[in-house]
Amino acid sequence: MTATAQPGIIELTYRDAVREAIRDALRRDDRTFLMGEDVASYGGCYAVSKGLLAEFGPARIRDTPLSESGFTGAGIGAAMAGMRPIVELMTVNFSLLALDQILNTAATVRHMSGNQFGVPLVIRMATGAGRQLAAQHSHSLEGWYAHIPGIKVLAPATLADARGMLWTALQEPDPVLIFENVMLYNMTGQIAADAGPVDIDKAAVRRSGRDISLITYGGSLWKTMEAATMLAAEKIDAEVIDLRSLRPLDDATIMTSVTKTRRAVIVDEGWRSGSLAAEIGMRIVEQAFWELDAPIGRVCSEEVPIPYPSHLENAAIPQAPRIVAAAKAALGRS
Amino acid sequence: MSTNLDKPRLSRPHALELLKQMIRIRRFEDKCAELYTQEKIRGFMHLYDGEEAVAVGVIPVLMPRDRIVATYREHGHALVRGVPMTTVLAEMYGKQEGCSHGRGGSMHLFDRSTNFYGGNAIVGGGLPLSVGLALADHMRGNDAVTVCFFGDGAVAEGEFHESLNLAALWKLPVLFVCENNLYGMGTALAISESETDIERKAACYRIASEAVDGMDVVAIEAAARRAVHAVRETGAPYFLECRTYRLRAHSMFDAQLYRDKAEVEAWRHKEPIVRFQGWLEANHMIHPDELARIDAEIAAEVDAAVAFAEAGTWEPVEQLTRFTYAERAA
Amino acid sequence: MVDFRMPSLGADMEAGTLVEWLVKPGDQVKRGDVVAVVETQKGAIEIEIFEAGQIEQLLVETKVKVPVGTPLARIRTGSDAGAVSVAPPSPVPIEARPAGAVPPPAQAAPAPALPHPPPMAIAPGAPRRDRVSPAARLFAQQHGVDLAAIVGSGPAGAVIRADVERSLEATTTAAEKKRPIGLDLDAMRTAIASAMARSKREIPHYYLEHQIDVTACEQWLASTNAARPPEQRLLMGVLTVKSVALAARRFAAFNGFYRDGRYEPAAAVHVGMAIAIRGGGLAAPALHDADRLSLDQLMTRTRDLVARMRAGRIRSSEIADSTITVSSLGERGVAALYGIIYPPQVAIVGFGKVVERPWVVDGAVMPRSIVTTTLSADHRVSDGHAGALFLAEIGRLLQEPDKL
Repeated sequence: MTATAQPGIIELTYRDAVREAIRDALRRDDRTFLMGEDVASYGGCYAVSKGLLAEFGPARIRDTPLSESGFTGAGIGAAMAGMRPIVELMTVNFSLLALDQILNTAATVRHMSGNQFGVPLVIRMATGAGRQLAAQHSHSLEGWYAHIPGIKVLAPATLADARGMLWTALQEPDPVLIFENVMLYNMTGQIAADAGPVDIDKAAVRRSGRDISLITYGGSLWKTMEAATMLAAEKIDAEVIDLRSLRPLDDATIMTSVTKTRRAVIVDEGWRSGSLAAEIGMRIVEQAFWELDAPIGRVCSEEVPIPYPSHLENAAIPQAPRIVAAAKAALGRS
Repeated sequence: MSTNLDKPRLSRPHALELLKQMIRIRRFEDKCAELYTQEKIRGFMHLYDGEEAVAVGVIPVLMPRDRIVATYREHGHALVRGVPMTTVLAEMYGKQEGCSHGRGGSMHLFDRSTNFYGGNAIVGGGLPLSVGLALADHMRGNDAVTVCFFGDGAVAEGEFHESLNLAALWKLPVLFVCENNLYGMGTALAISESETDIERKAACYRIASEAVDGMDVVAIEAAARRAVHAVRETGAPYFLECRTYRLRAHSMFDAQLYRDKAEVEAWRHKEPIVRFQGWLEANHMIHPDELARIDAEIAAEVDAAVAFAEAGTWEPVEQLTRFTYAERAA
Repeated sequence: MVDFRMPSLGADMEAGTLVEWLVKPGDQVKRGDVVAVVETQKGAIEIEIFEAGQIEQLLVETKVKVPVGTPLARIRTGSDAGAVSVAPPSPVPIEARPAGAVPPPAQAAPAPALPHPPPMAIAPGAPRRDRVSPAARLFAQQHGVDLAAIVGSGPAGAVIRADVERSLEATTTAAEKKRPIGLDLDAMRTAIASAMARSKREIPHYYLEHQIDVTACEQWLASTNAARPPEQRLLMGVLTVKSVALAARRFAAFNGFYRDGRYEPAAAVHVGMAIAIRGGGLAAPALHDADRLSLDQLMTRTRDLVARMRAGRIRSSEIADSTITVSSLGERGVAALYGIIYPPQVAIVGFGKVVERPWVVDGAVMPRSIVTTTLSADHRVSDGHAGALFLAEIGRLLQEPDKL
């Protein structure tokens, strides 16, 4: 994090922004603590929590054993008993070991107890492919989690969101999952020095346009923005929507955009079949069918476990040229 | 004034109370069986017959501020803890007057006012939850114990090991109570565990432990007092293995092909109510008219619960999606 | 006395087969006793009884599969003591329950519609366009159809492909559309086939025949027409039509429409005139308010109908308007004509050829002009008695042609 020439503006990485968010939360609310594998002494697998152990101590920056189910369940119990834990599951890949606790306890306790108990828990996870980590370390399962009633699912793609979503999520009386794409941690940018909490229920129009709506989230946002720039060179004016919240989805923003542009392409790093893109596409059919001038397109990961060599990995996940091609197809241009 | 919580006080009133609580559970479960055959209660239902001594021995030892996590076989635990029989039965009927607003049913009894953190239909699912509740108390400096009831089947789940490890590692005030009834649904313990002496597993996590005759309510109470006292004193977890037996089938729809009738009969002769009542009678600590009075009181309570449940109302379908998320004040 | 019923033992148990009774009539049982063994999909399960008393009767035999809830035995409970013993009931028929049936909750209201998320409100300022389906757009584009002029029949007034197709048909065959049914003989035959088949299928016809002496009519016509130029002369046909119209005014059961299981007598009398044209065309367009028209007017209108029929310019509404039909084949030479009612009408009157026949008048035999008049009528609306009166009225009216 560094100061810039502009007063009140700092330059930092996405990683820094997340760390600041955690630090801010722990300072503001003594019920808050961070718990996960290697978050304390190691400083976090992605160095997000580096330095926090020294600042807050081992009770509040808590290393856990490799017991995803155990410590996620513990986070749930602590939240039910009045704490505000932040559980860090190292990546979405390992979260599968905690899926039972997330789905069968966190998402359902309020309902099963007839509203007597809620679970005000935040779970952060790294997600996504791109670092040649191969099949077991490259999943994007945000869409699976967005399927579950009882939780909220966020995908901060910008520095402002990485910095500001956590506090708002901690105020929620229900579980919130925050997905941080691994390719974003090194991303550098600028935010206000006093940047604070942001809303967690609205999508954002990152680029206004007339010809086509490109709808995306998380790590794919920047590839989509790049695609929009490429399209502009071909006189195609794309509107880019950053979903920010995957559950609930901000239908109003999506439909307003599609009503204006009459075309949509959804960019989603999950596998194509049964993806979140499919859900969004269906919602557009339900709510904006009559506005469409073209079939809805989607750019997703190919139906293959993510391969190790970079050329294959790159071909497997969404990239700007594929997004451009899909957009042009929607406009009847090749 | 300090009370020595270690020693069980087996005064006559207390003994009668222990017996009454066990009979109360037995009669309630019996009525549930009847209602289930009449399709008033639906879905899955798991009855506690034969295991009453565990809930009755452990739970009254706890304070109101202590927390309880249980399994899908939790009717007895809820009743002993003080969740009203009326709301428990209404819950099993699915009526909105039930303790979980009718949303949960037999396997999901919850009650905030008595710190009863449910019923759970996932075997082993409550163990990490209990660790978390204790973690919160530990971090806040609350003097509270979390008791986690689970069966021998849960011992096979990874969550069992993760939870014991965490509780010991972080020194959390959890009392783990394993109700070992020798069968995980239809699987005998020896088919499921390489080490069938469950108590020994706690030792691997450096958790103090004890095994106790689950059919002896007095022994259980004594062990529970020792255990709870230890947890309060040390803040560290404790493990109690109660060796008990399930007289009825796993659930209502179970042909019990996995155990033979002679075995069940043998256990029936040494089940906790038979044993304790027999002992009280032999020691002239109970008179027949007291037994009749207990029976009459319990029968009246059960009848009132049935009437309450029958008179209960169905939640309107328009409210279907409530309780998924917290409701914002308008 | 209480019934011990096949218990439900599980969420997916619908029936059970009793394999063994462990009690017999006369045995005392108490709550919790195991009384039988039931085979289920999971295996044999012992079932317990929740009443105390004496087994009065076993109702179901072993090896019989019965649904949950079926009475298996009768138990005489303590409260039955001293009651007069009742003869055992005859075997209770086992009600089959549909698979998966669950007794409805006592207070369940019919499931109301769940609240759905409100339809998306388009943000103000967003352009509001008419709804046109992709299929419609494509079709319009391919055929050069202007979408703006089309009214949609799809959801919320959306223009769908069928709307565009119809519009296309309308514009390109506009000229053809002005020429009506008359000249499309194939279509007409199809329509006749459909109507007649339906009539015979749905309408219970009864038939009456009446020989009417129309000598007076012939004489009147001869004297009237003698003083008129040919283009103003009247034909027997208008006399018969007028007499049917006046009779129909009096007998409402023959003038109206049978629709949707009910008969609606018509307020007016529009007599359909069956007109055949060369080539096989046949229709019965209405002479509106025939009962109030003069014979001259009827003649004019009849001529007009025939001319238009030949030119193929009958409108379908003219046929639909007819409240009763008259068909005459006298000129073709048939003695009698038994018509088939044109639905939704309820009667058709047929006139055969006017024939000179020996007839008894005032005790003497003399030649008279007789026409066989038939009534085919809808027995759902009228019966022979009324039909006879109706025909008699027609006959009576035709005796006084000057009053028609």
